[in-house]
Amino acid sequence: MRTFVSALALAVGVATTTLSTPAFADPAPDVGNWQSVLDQARGQTVYWHAWGGEPRINDYIAWAGEQVRERYGVEVVQVKLTDTADAVTRVLSEKTAGVDDGGAVDMIWINGENFAAMKRNDLLFGPWAEQTPNFAYVDVEGKPTVINDFTVPTDGLEAPWGMAQVSFYYDTAKLDTVPKSAQQLLEWLVKHPGRFTYPQPPNYMGSTFLKQILTELVKDPKVLQQPADETDAEATLAPLWGYLEDLQPLLWRDGQAYPQNGASMRTLLADNEVDIAFSFSSGEVSSAIEAFELPDTVRSYVFENGTLGNTNFVAIPYNASAKAGAVVLADFLMSPEAQLRKQDPQYWGADTVLAMDKLPQDMQEAFANLDLGIASLAPSERGTVLPEPHPSWMSLVESEWQKRYGVVQ
Amino acid sequence: MLRFIPILTIVLMIGPVSAGLIGTILPAFGILPALGGTTPSLEPWHALVVQPGLGASIRLSLVNGLIATFVSVAIVMLFCAAWQGTRTFHALQRILSPILSVPHATAAFGLAFLIAPSGWFVRVVAQFTGWDRPPDVAIIHDPWGIALIAGLVAKEIPFLFLMTLSALPQADTDRTAQVTASLGYGRVAGWFKATLPRIYPQIRLPVLAVLAYSTSVVDVAIILAPTTPAPLAVRILGWLSDPDLALRFMASSAAALQLLIVIAAMAIWIAGERLVAVIGARWAIDGQRFKQDGAVRGVSAVMALVAAGTVVLGLVVLLVWSVAGFWAFPDLLPRGFSLRVWARELDAIGNSLTTTLLIGIPAVVIAVTLVLACLENEVRTGKPAGRRAMFLIYLPLLVPQISFMFGLQVFFSLLGLERTLVSVVLGHLVFVAPYVFLSLSEPFRALDPRYGQTALCLGASPTRVFWQVRLPLLTRAVLTAAAVGLAVTVGQYLPTLLIGAGRFATVTTEAVALASGGDRRMIGIYGLFQMVLPFAGFALALLIPAVLFRHRRGMGAQNKG
Repeated sequence: MRTFVSALALAVGVATTTLSTPAFADPAPDVGNWQSVLDQARGQTVYWHAWGGEPRINDYIAWAGEQVRERYGVEVVQVKLTDTADAVTRVLSEKTAGVDDGGAVDMIWINGENFAAMKRNDLLFGPWAEQTPNFAYVDVEGKPTVINDFTVPTDGLEAPWGMAQVSFYYDTAKLDTVPKSAQQLLEWLVKHPGRFTYPQPPNYMGSTFLKQILTELVKDPKVLQQPADETDAEATLAPLWGYLEDLQPLLWRDGQAYPQNGASMRTLLADNEVDIAFSFSSGEVSSAIEAFELPDTVRSYVFENGTLGNTNFVAIPYNASAKAGAVVLADFLMSPEAQLRKQDPQYWGADTVLAMDKLPQDMQEAFANLDLGIASLAPSERGTVLPEPHPSWMSLVESEWQKRYGVVQ
Repeated sequence: MLRFIPILTIVLMIGPVSAGLIGTILPAFGILPALGGTTPSLEPWHALVVQPGLGASIRLSLVNGLIATFVSVAIVMLFCAAWQGTRTFHALQRILSPILSVPHATAAFGLAFLIAPSGWFVRVVAQFTGWDRPPDVAIIHDPWGIALIAGLVAKEIPFLFLMTLSALPQADTDRTAQVTASLGYGRVAGWFKATLPRIYPQIRLPVLAVLAYSTSVVDVAIILAPTTPAPLAVRILGWLSDPDLALRFMASSAAALQLLIVIAAMAIWIAGERLVAVIGARWAIDGQRFKQDGAVRGVSAVMALVAAGTVVLGLVVLLVWSVAGFWAFPDLLPRGFSLRVWARELDAIGNSLTTTLLIGIPAVVIAVTLVLACLENEVRTGKPAGRRAMFLIYLPLLVPQISFMFGLQVFFSLLGLERTLVSVVLGHLVFVAPYVFLSLSEPFRALDPRYGQTALCLGASPTRVFWQVRLPLLTRAVLTAAAVGLAVTVGQYLPTLLIGAGRFATVTTEAVALASGGDRRMIGIYGLFQMVLPFAGFALALLIPAVLFRHRRGMGAQNKG
């Protein structure tokens, strides 16, 4: 028995020493000195945690990884998440376990609620984003959300990567007129019961739909820009619950079942189970047509009083193993070249965060000449962009929705 | 050295499970120093109890697990009783074995593509009724969880069937059947009265493993179960991935509750066994012959075929989706075909297949080595593993994954082993070894001991007997067990994701990530690729002995399955 124990101990010892990832301290890059960042980044591997449910986006990330490998010697590995919160949870657990260096997550594709949670818990490296060379092209004046994420100031802790705005889409071969406000949607559903639904909160798209309705119905939209606990939240939310009271029974499956995310809602439209769906990017609708996921008669539109819009970002955890590499990658993602490819529906179809008038002439032309795709909305067709409420409203609405509608049995 | 292997195996099984359970149960009572939880409290349980729909989630888990298990066992037993020893039986045996290599999630997707309101079955009906839109009824994600039960049953039947097959030889079934038939009993009644009582104890642990799995399944439930509310295991996963870390405590108490539910399900099952034993004992000697059992036999064959057919047809639909252009409802086939998605994904799939093997091969090799050593040790000491040892080896299959995986993750990170290949392989080994043991113990013990005795008499050492006599005779059994092990490791989602910190992208983790995007073409491709490795494994298990022993007919006979 003694030999057995010592052999086991030896085996475990050898295994731990030879095969565990060494937790080395990566000194914080000096973003003011770009050359030093590039030098430090060379040879690093960036584990980029990003939602992995959309092949087109995964391909774009793979392309970006190839580019920074060729140009700067930075390896990129995408860790495909089913939920961005998983990455946040991982960083949090590392912090609580005292892993302050050599963490598993080097970069996260993030925004809104998760950013607020990470900022609140001091889980982010930075400030760094605004000192990167390509940040100079970012449209800070025209797109205020690139430095205000769900009303929370970014403070250089995350770099803007893409713009998103809610747009609705439908099959023109099946519908002639479409509802263009929360109220019209309800009236339309009375005539066409079961032909609309939204993803089940707390899914991001589902919660977004609830916030869209809330923003339209609330008496004073400014209230939503403050943290919920500083206001009379119950009174503020009352119109939303009144509206849902009427809406829920008219939904697909009588509101007994829901698609689990935006993509499965798209599938419902493709299968003619619903007539109207929505997404955060009309370019994605064009891409989906390209990929045979939707019929080519589908088109996008927005509500007449505006739809919610926001920016999504990349952020670097405070304990990342490859901070310099992540900064270099994030900077490349903001480059005109990378943003141009991202806006091309052939590859992804997501809106740029850059200001056209800040770009060199040839790049401006390239953007102007992009074929945005048949179901994409040009900037002139997008109407008003409504601001996202403070993240605390999202949590409140989600938990209350769960109580009222999350249990139907 | 050899005599320590059984202990080592049990340690490798129990160690991770115990460590994981401790890591789950302490936070359930508020103890998690890293999160500032240092005093024991019942707070997490209070938080859990007030969760909306908790009762419904528990009911779904418990009732559906029991029903799915009962239906699977009933169909398998009926079918064996009705058809054992016939040509139909052997035909089904050939169909069911490869189905075992279909991962649960793939089978569930295939089923969903068939039975959903926009699925293939409704499309067939729509050709006649002229529907242009799918009916607005919840066929999958239905409130009663019937789709979930169907998905579980279709996948558990092959497993239980093969487990029963390996138990049959011990009960001397053919001669039993001759005796009951000559006494005038119908085929089914004779089997139930004379054979079942001797078979059931042999398959009891696999049945309980099926029960534990069905009661706490995550991936199949995500695809088929209701979501308002979802079964408990699915909700636990949601709470664990919430950015609000305070939910960790509540999620832990929910994971502990999940364990209690599995224990309750087993208690109910075992009580049911007792009841059946009492009634069955009377029924067995009441002398009723049940000669007219043609209808029962027909029904049992149809049910077994429907289960197997559904999985196979589901795979066909997956394949069609993977090459589909736009495919509108109610078209039976896509308007066009395209290999674009295949072309695009080939690189990524190559990488994930490599990673899958990188984890799978060591896990399988270690598992087969351990199991062979344990069994060889039995032969040399003349003592087969007792009931208790068997139970311990089975433990990882009886404890819900979600109840100990998160605790295990914490444990590995304390050792500094998190995110390493070693820890992921160990995490897989916990699930692979029991299945390899299941698959290999029967043929090993059934091997005629006189081969070994003869060799020993001729002066060979015990070691040489093992390598030159026993192992060659068992070539096919060992390879089949390895194939079963490979199928298990390929199908692992939670352990790979949690312990590997997302660094190990296997075909299964990729499939689940892409499934979250709902693109059916991708689901089709990855679902098929999830099958490729296990399928190749089973094919090799058939081919290698055939090639090795092509000039040795006697060996061929030994290595027939």
